[in-house]
This record gives sequence, structure tokens and C-alpha cells, in this order.
Amino acid sequence: MKITLGDPCLVVLIGASGSGKSTFAERHFLPTETVSSDACRALVADDPNAQDATEDAFAVLHEITSRRLARGRLTVIDATNVQREAREPLVRIAREHDLFAAAIVIDTPEATCQARNATRPDRDFGEHVIRRQARDLRRSLKFLQKEGFRFAHTVRPGDEIEIVREPLWANRAHEAGPFDIVGDVHGCHEELSTLLDRLGYTEAGHPEGRRLVFVGDYVDRGPDTPNVLRTVMRLQAAGHAIALPGNHDVKLLRKLNGRDVQVTHGLAESLEQLEADPVDGAADFLKDLTSHVVLDGGRLVVAHAGMPERYQGRSSRRVREFALYGETTGETDEFGLPVRGDWAADYRGRATVVYGHTPVAEPGWVNNTINIDTGCVFGGALTALRWPERELVSVPATREHYAPAKPLRALEERPDRLLDVEDIAGKRFVQTRFARTVTIREELAAGAMEVMSRFAVDPRWLVYLPPTMAPTATSQREDALEHPAEAFAEYRAEGVGHVVCEEKHMGSRAIAVVCRDEATAATRFGAEGTGALYTRTGRPFLDDAEPALARIREAATAANLWETLESDWVVLDCELLPWSAKAQQLIDRQYAPVGAAGTAALEASVAVLETAARRVDVGALLERTRERARRVAGYVHAYQHYNWPVSGLEDLRLAPFHVLATESGACFDRDHAWHLEHCDALAAADPEWIRRTDRRFVDLTGSDAEATAWWEELTAGGGEGMVVKPLAFTTRGRRGFAQPGIKVRGREYLRIIYGPEYDAPDQIARLRSRALGRKRGLAGREFALGVEALERFVRREPLFRVHECVFGVLALESEPIDPRL
Amino acid sequence: MLLSISTTHRPATDLGFLLHKHPDRVQAFRLPFGTAHVLYPEATDTRCTATLLLEIDPVGLTRRGGRGAFALAEYVNDRPYVASSLLSVALVTVFKTAMEGRTPALAQTEIPLAAELPAVPARGGEELVGRLFEPLGYEVTVTDIGSGRHVGLRLAATTRLSALLTHLYVLLPVLDDEKHYWVDKAEIEKLLRRGEGWLNTHPERELITRRYLKHERRLVNPALAALGEQQPEDEQREAALERPVSLKDQRLGTVQAVLRETGATSVIDLGCGSGALLERLTKDGYRVLAGADVSARALEHAQRRVGSARLFHSPLTYRDKRLRNYDAATLVEVIEHFDPPRLRALEQNVFGSAQPRTVIVTTPNAEYNRLWPSLEGFRHPDHRFEFTRAEFAAWATRIEAEYGYRVRFVPVGPEDAEAGPPTQMAVFTR
Repeated sequence: MKITLGDPCLVVLIGASGSGKSTFAERHFLPTETVSSDACRALVADDPNAQDATEDAFAVLHEITSRRLARGRLTVIDATNVQREAREPLVRIAREHDLFAAAIVIDTPEATCQARNATRPDRDFGEHVIRRQARDLRRSLKFLQKEGFRFAHTVRPGDEIEIVREPLWANRAHEAGPFDIVGDVHGCHEELSTLLDRLGYTEAGHPEGRRLVFVGDYVDRGPDTPNVLRTVMRLQAAGHAIALPGNHDVKLLRKLNGRDVQVTHGLAESLEQLEADPVDGAADFLKDLTSHVVLDGGRLVVAHAGMPERYQGRSSRRVREFALYGETTGETDEFGLPVRGDWAADYRGRATVVYGHTPVAEPGWVNNTINIDTGCVFGGALTALRWPERELVSVPATREHYAPAKPLRALEERPDRLLDVEDIAGKRFVQTRFARTVTIREELAAGAMEVMSRFAVDPRWLVYLPPTMAPTATSQREDALEHPAEAFAEYRAEGVGHVVCEEKHMGSRAIAVVCRDEATAATRFGAEGTGALYTRTGRPFLDDAEPALARIREAATAANLWETLESDWVVLDCELLPWSAKAQQLIDRQYAPVGAAGTAALEASVAVLETAARRVDVGALLERTRERARRVAGYVHAYQHYNWPVSGLEDLRLAPFHVLATESGACFDRDHAWHLEHCDALAAADPEWIRRTDRRFVDLTGSDAEATAWWEELTAGGGEGMVVKPLAFTTRGRRGFAQPGIKVRGREYLRIIYGPEYDAPDQIARLRSRALGRKRGLAGREFALGVEALERFVRREPLFRVHECVFGVLALESEPIDPRL
Repeated sequence: MLLSISTTHRPATDLGFLLHKHPDRVQAFRLPFGTAHVLYPEATDTRCTATLLLEIDPVGLTRRGGRGAFALAEYVNDRPYVASSLLSVALVTVFKTAMEGRTPALAQTEIPLAAELPAVPARGGEELVGRLFEPLGYEVTVTDIGSGRHVGLRLAATTRLSALLTHLYVLLPVLDDEKHYWVDKAEIEKLLRRGEGWLNTHPERELITRRYLKHERRLVNPALAALGEQQPEDEQREAALERPVSLKDQRLGTVQAVLRETGATSVIDLGCGSGALLERLTKDGYRVLAGADVSARALEHAQRRVGSARLFHSPLTYRDKRLRNYDAATLVEVIEHFDPPRLRALEQNVFGSAQPRTVIVTTPNAEYNRLWPSLEGFRHPDHRFEFTRAEFAAWATRIEAEYGYRVRFVPVGPEDAEAGPPTQMAVFTR
């Protein structure tokens, strides 16, 4: 006997104690697929026969079953299940997960059950128990389907059983396409023919083996429902098309089946046309349509009115209703049409969902879903989506075949622009191409929420946040904490052949998103203005960024950047100078007072000691105090080096050093020579305002003396230092990716980090151990998230997918790490 | 850090006896945070100066974890250079006997003394320095050292050396408004003992007490009581009674009244902060009270204040399904904290997604601002905009059209004939 089971589904074994359920389950199912009540008793009570643990055991059994079904795993219940009360919750759980329940009755004669139990010393319950079970079972048999079991099979001793598993009807994931998905046709045969021509279909199908998927609504309203039906039926019969049902098709079928339905919304036209021109087999065709379909390895889902992730590939009444009617709120709008729920705005699934049903003026992507019903019958167009190309092909309607109840409207406010708190809250795992999965702890996410929502720029502009950067390993030199030698040594050890040393501008990190014009901003970013200029925590730099953006844009135009990059927008990684432009408050409240107080105190101390030295022996105290005064003077010089008064845009300087992304892609696969070349072009176009980043290229197989000398020179003059990066930008080292950059800061500059006197011999000795590991790990994870954000943006993934990564960078930044690193 | 004490008493070198430190020796004392040196740059019959020089170890001062908003404050800070509580500790350690002032006999005598400090952190500025030291009879000279937060200080008076040392010991940390150690009850006793004979008559005794005890109310109140001050709690209560009803109270009162009229049984306060409105509403018998705010810290306060309310950590610019299914929502002084593009997101979340039947929005009326001549810019530094009545009306009308609500406006606070009320309120219903 062959038993066919849908996969996944819930299989409920029914049989008295001793009937052989467990043996049956062992033979036909995986041990992990079988959830047994005895095993659950043992789990909660250490005894598989503990009858007093029944309630707890079944709570566990139901929970396991529910979790497995939620994950789409076939599950077998090994329990007696002879009473309706025991089966009822199982049927309900299957229904909650939109899967079928199948019953397999193990119908073993009572005497056999009694005999088996008698041989088992652990089953000491009396004969009356089995007798009652057998009676309950017999009573149940004919009601199983009524209880909600989709199938009921009975197995008797000696039956040869073969279990065959079949994917659920909607699951055609093994069919990879390519596909052309066609929107609502509504009897527009002429347009359909033109579209099929345009797509390259002939009587013999598609020369490249492409196949059609119809979202349904073949009938009603339009001029030639019979021929549309014939075309679709023929294509499906020949294996060239997958046809899905629309609500109109279902209603027509009900009418054809003699049911009482209202002849409205264009049904009259269909009936009239079909009466004049009957289509053989139309009712059978319509009857057999599957609610929706999952294709191409689960990447593509097509349904007439859409399909949320929890229903995809499943089968139940409500799945079918959703596929046909979408999510309705029960309210109607001012045109008397149902107000539809916004399932697409909520959609966070991985599969792309293509659907129709509600006519729109323009198809638009919303969270990886697209509505391709462009209202052909209302004078719009018939649209197809080519998959996996994601290209739209449209044929305009020959005329308005039917007057629309309300004008077709474009989606004005893209619902996917509104992010959901669930996109950022809680513990998160972000898959990145670079660093496997990045975990973001819940408390860090909570901490970043306030900064992101109250202070950051509009998330539509926030396509990237820069990673933190680790300093070089602590120098072995007596008088320094950082020196290029360690940075070069690290990259040599990682097997990196070429590095670039870039001058580190002491300003504030700035990300510039610049569009060529407002139209680009609107279409590509869905945002107002022409771009954004924000800090490493996403805060806007200037009250009005537009003049600065205009200046960058003009430079880009003069440098021919739009043409060379083949893009109408660009994301630049920059430093905005001077430091005091953003840090003035910090300078006024912290740096300057420390400098003034230190200078006053130490100068007075030196004066007192010099006077005292004339009459008493002050020993080494005087020289030590003079040394301290010199260090404080160095500190004052260091912080003042990065200050100049700023009264307007003219006083700022921008130093770009990475071209992060353009329409052609994220640019992390380009080497730094390429990045600097484009940044140089910008600097050359506006040398007054855009600063060139000085650099040295070093072949690590040779000497690094020249670069080291250059660093000495930069830092002796008060420069912050340099960043050493693998020339190729991203390079695999010995373990995973090498650090994308290592900063080597100057001795004088470090006074404003480690304190004015950090390099005194007794001080520096205690500063040398600087646990760098966490900072480096963080730098790697943040880099991976930043790259991922831009790559997702370039791939035109939904906003929430981009935002997830950017938010992750901000959350990781609230990790407590030594701020001096 | 440096403190110089000079005298012109004859013979001036008696200063050495007073301090119990020989003028011809250079002495060093180990302290937990560095070394104190005592030396005399001059010691003649006519003039003698003793100097206490603290060599503070900067790295030794740093603690794990950041302090304040500026994460590097641990490392880049003024403590090694200024007269802070570290100096007070050095004073009682190095000049313990001198401070007690029992020996020699000269310690009981008032002599001309001057103290000089090159860098004194002065929270409250030059003016407060005068208010603290002048009542004690000092001639105060303050020099600007170009810091903004520190001054150079010279104090001169004919007084007992122990009095000068004690005044410095108590008042330098007070000027700084900071202490490097944890204060407990023992600190009250210290203050009363060191303040004996001068503190209870000092016009700034309350400020001194508060700052000395790091503003810890559990310490300040008993200390003030011991100094014979009226219980500040009582004073506050009286002030609270007499204070005219504040605009904030009027606003919350109006919101409360309007809410009552709507017949709502469940209310959510969006941007509830620490729960001021929710606390009022607990008395009104709502079935469900809830609040949402993006600040986790504010929510902790709210939790303590109104334990019965459901509280959600939620940034209002992100749609949050938990905000749905309430009859009424309030946005009290919230919208002006959002940049206009983010305000759109808030609108979608509140009016488009949460969709309560009633939404009450209050916001400042920008026109009213000119009635406060001292006000420059917005009423709060975090305000991103403030609406005029026409702008608010235009905004509300757009909400009506886009989200299907009806709006009416309610003035809050005393209305000016031209400028209107200080706060404007819109009540949206659908």
C-alpha cells in the first residue's frame, strides 16, 4: 500500500497501546521527525510511563510540534491519539501553521495489543485500558476527516507500506526558470498577444526555454475573455506556463458551477462572451489552479494578491484567501472599494514576491515585492517582469476597455521607506559577505536607537557608516607608543605585498553622498535634496549641507567624474577640516582649560624652584618640572595645530580618500591607487577647498625606510600621522581578511589622546599594554557591515536591509572600548 | 600644582615654626596620588614664603571607564595642575599640626599672610571666588589665565595661619565643585569641624554645604540642619505651593481634560519621557495606560513613577506595531524635536500605522516667543523647529487629508491678543 504525504505536513499516528505505532514510525520516518508522547514523558519526568506527567508531556509535545511546523519540517506524532480530545489540538496546530494534518490509523487487533503489552513489564496497566482505547479508536474512525484531517489512512498488520513524500503543490522551488511573470490580463487578448510577442514567445514556446507565470485574473471586464482563457490554457497544457488563480477567475468558476454570485465588476462581460464563444474545459482549468507558487530555489514567489513569508509554500484556506484577495481590513474607501492591508510594507521575507490584483500606475519595488498589475483593462498597460533579470516589459493598452472606479495612482509615499522598530531592535545577526555573521547584542542596539532616531540624517541617505580603525601594535621603542615599523611588520606577516601610506588629516570623518541632481536623489535614494554630509555617527555636519554638496558636485562635474564613474551619484569617504569645526566645544571646555591650567601651574612651579634653588638644594625636582612644562607646551601646540576659525563653508576643507560606491557598484574591490586617483581629480578641480591626500606606496618586499622617514617628517611638524592600508583595499591575510587600515599616530599628536605628559619615561611605561584585540575585532566587524550596507544599496535591496547594517555599525560603536585606541 | 604661603610678620622665618617645616630644608612626602614637596624659595627676616608643590602622577589618577560625555576626559584633564580636593588632602597630611593651630603660641596670633595659587578651578567664576573668600576677611586678587574654567588666585589677610589653611582646605574643593573621592556621612562631621567658628555665619553657607557634600541630598539636609538652616524640604514645599501654575502644568492639565472628554479607555503617551503626564492620568481610571520613549533612562524613571503603565522603548520614527490598539495617543511637546524629514516618518507611524481614534498634539507657538525678551532662538536647544499658528494649522490640515482625520485646535496657557497662546494644541479624531 502506498501512502502519499505532502512534505511538510503533520502526520498523526492513531492506535492503541501496543499496536506498533513506534515500530511503524521507526521504519518510515527519521527519529528526529517523530515526536513521541512517551519520550516527552521521559523528558519531563525521567520516566516514559509516568502517567501523572501526561499534561506536562503533551505541553512539550505540542510545543515541539509547533516549532517544527513553523520551520516547515514534516512531523510525526507517536501517541495513542485514540480520543478526539487528544487529536483536536494537533489538528489545530497544523492549521495554525497552514499545513495539512494526515492521520495514519494503526489498526491492530485488540488481542495482539494485549499480548504485546503483557510481555512488557513497564506497561502494568490493566487490560481494560487497551479495551477502552480500542473502543475509542473504532468510534473515531469515520469522523477523522470531519475533525480536520485532510487524509486518513488505515494500516493493518501485514500491509506492505510504502510512504511517498511529495512537495506541497505550491512548492515548485526546483523549477529554476528563467520566467516571465505576467500581470492581470482581464480579457485583454490583443495586448496579451503583443506582450507574448515582445517577450519572444511563439506557438512552440520560448526559444530560450523561458516560461510564463500568470498572476491570474484572466477574465472579466475586458473585450475577449474567451481567447485569453484559450491562450493561457494552451500555454499551460504545453508546459510553457504556470497559471495562478485570481479572485475574478474564482468568482467566474463559482458562477459556472451554478452558485449564486453577484454579477458585478465585469463578470457580466465574461458571461456574455463565454456564452457567445464557449471555451471547452475552462471550468476544469480554473478548478485546478494552485493558490500560489514558490519557484527558483525559493527565491521567487508569485501569487495573485501577494503572499507574506509565513504562508509561502503552505496550503490552507487562509493561504488561498490571502493569495486571492490579499489582506483586507474590512473597511471600504470613499470609492466603495475595500481598503487593503499593507502586507508589502511589513514584508521582511527573503523571497521576492511578484503579484498583481490592485492596479497601480507604475510598478514599484516595496521591500522585495512588486505589484505588476498596471491596469491594462483600465487603459493602463499589461506588464511582465523578467526573472531573474528583474526587468519590466510593458505593452500599453489599446484603449480604456473598462472605466476604473478610481484613478490609478502611483505609490506616492513608498511604504517601505518607513522602517519598523523590529528592523533594529533586539539581538541581531547580520549576514555579511566579508565577515560571516556579525552579531549585535540587544543592549547595544537599544543604546544606538536614540542616537539613530534623534540625531542621524534621514535613513534614506544613511547608506554607509565608516568603521573604527585600530592603531598599530604598540611600538617597541622606548620613547614612542606608535611607529610605522609595527604596521609594516603586521602586513608583511599577513602576506600583503603592497601597502599605501596615506596622510591622516586631523579633522572629523565625513561621509558625503552626492547626487548629480534632485531627480537622481528622488529616484535612486527616494529622498529630498541632492545628498547628505554626515559624521561617523550619522549626524548631519552642517545645518544646510546643500552648498557644500554643490561644491563637491561642481568639482565632480569639472573632473568628469560622472562620466568616468558612469554614475549620477557617488558616496565619498572624507575628512572634513578643521577639527575645531565640530570639536570647538570640546576644545573650549576640555583641551584649552587643561592647557592653560597646566601652563600656569608649571610655569609658576619652575619660577618658584628657580628662586628656591639659589638658597637650598632642590635636586632633580627643578629639571623634572621644566620637563613637564615642556611637555605641556607640546600638548598646547598639538591641539592648536588642528584649529582655525570657521565662519562659513569657505573656511572648511574637504579631504576625500575613498570613492565608496557608485551606480556600478561598491568600490571595495578597487585598489587605493584607483581611489586616490579619483580623489586627486576632485582636488585638482577645486584645489582651494578640496585637499589632496598625500601618500607613499610601499613594496613590502623591499625597504620601508622612505615611508618611515616621511612619517617622521609629517608627525614632527605636528601632523596626526598616517594610515597604512593594503593596496588592494581588501586582502585575505593568514586568518580571514587583513585589517583594512592601521593608523600610526605621531608622538606629539598622541599628547591630546593620552594626556600632555604621556611620554615621560615613568608614564609611557605604564601605557604600553593596550589590549588591542577587541578594537581590531570591532574594526573588522564594522568594516564588514559597512561594505555590506553599500553592496545591498547598490543591489537595490529594500531600505530595511541597508539600514540593518548601518544601524549595526552604530550599535557596535557603543561597545565600551578604550577610547585612546 | 602649587600653593605658596608668604608672611611679612617679623621675623618672617617664624613661618617655619608655624608650619613645623624647617625653612632650610626641602622635604618630600609620599601621597597616594603623587609626591608633595615643601620648600622655601625665600626665607628672610622681612619676608618668608613656603611652597607646597604637588607632583601628581597623571597615569596614576586615571580610572577604568569614561567620565562624562568626553571619553578621553580621564586622560586629558586638569587634575595634575590645579588646586582641587587633592590639594586639600595634601594640606591635612603635610600641614596637619599647623592646621590644628595649637602650637607654637604664635599660632594663636593673627599675622599678615598671603596665599598664591596659579591655577584654581572656579565653577562660578571670578565673582564666586569673591563671594566665598571676602566674607572671611581676605583681600582677593583674581588673575585670568586664559582658561575660561580656571583662575590664578591670591588671598591676603591678617589672620591665623590655621584659619587660612582651613579655609583653603574647605573652599578649594567647593570652588571646584568636585571631589576625587566618594563622600559619606563622615564628610558632614569633617565639614562641621573644619567650619567651626565661621561657616554658620558665612553668607554662602548653603552653597558651600551643598558643594562640599557633592549635592547629595541625604548628606546636605542634615548638615544644613546642624548649621541651623531651615529644612530645605519644607522650603521647597512652600515654594511649590506658592509658585503660580507653570505652563507645563497647564499643558498637562489641558491634555488630561481633553482626553477625558474623548471617552477613551486606553491611552498611550508617545514620547512620555519620565512619565509626568502618565502619572497624572493614573488618577483618571483608564483601563490601559501606556508610554513610549526612545530614552531607556527616561523609561526607567517612568517605570518607578507609574509602575502600572505599559512602557515601550521605541523610537517614534520607526513603525512600531506595539503602539496600535489604543483609543487615544498623545504627543506632548514632541514633534518639534524631530527634523522635518523624520517628522514624516513619525506621522506615518502614528497616524498611518498606529491609527488611534484620537491623537492630541501640543507644540510651542513660535509667535509667542517674542513675549519672552530674554529668549534667543528656540525654547529648547534640541528643538528642530517651532511652528507659528499658521504653520501648525497647515501641518495639521495635511495630516487630516493624508490620514483621514478631523482636527480642532485648543489654546493652552494665557493668550496674547496678537501672539496667541504660548502652547498650541491640535486634537485629531477619526
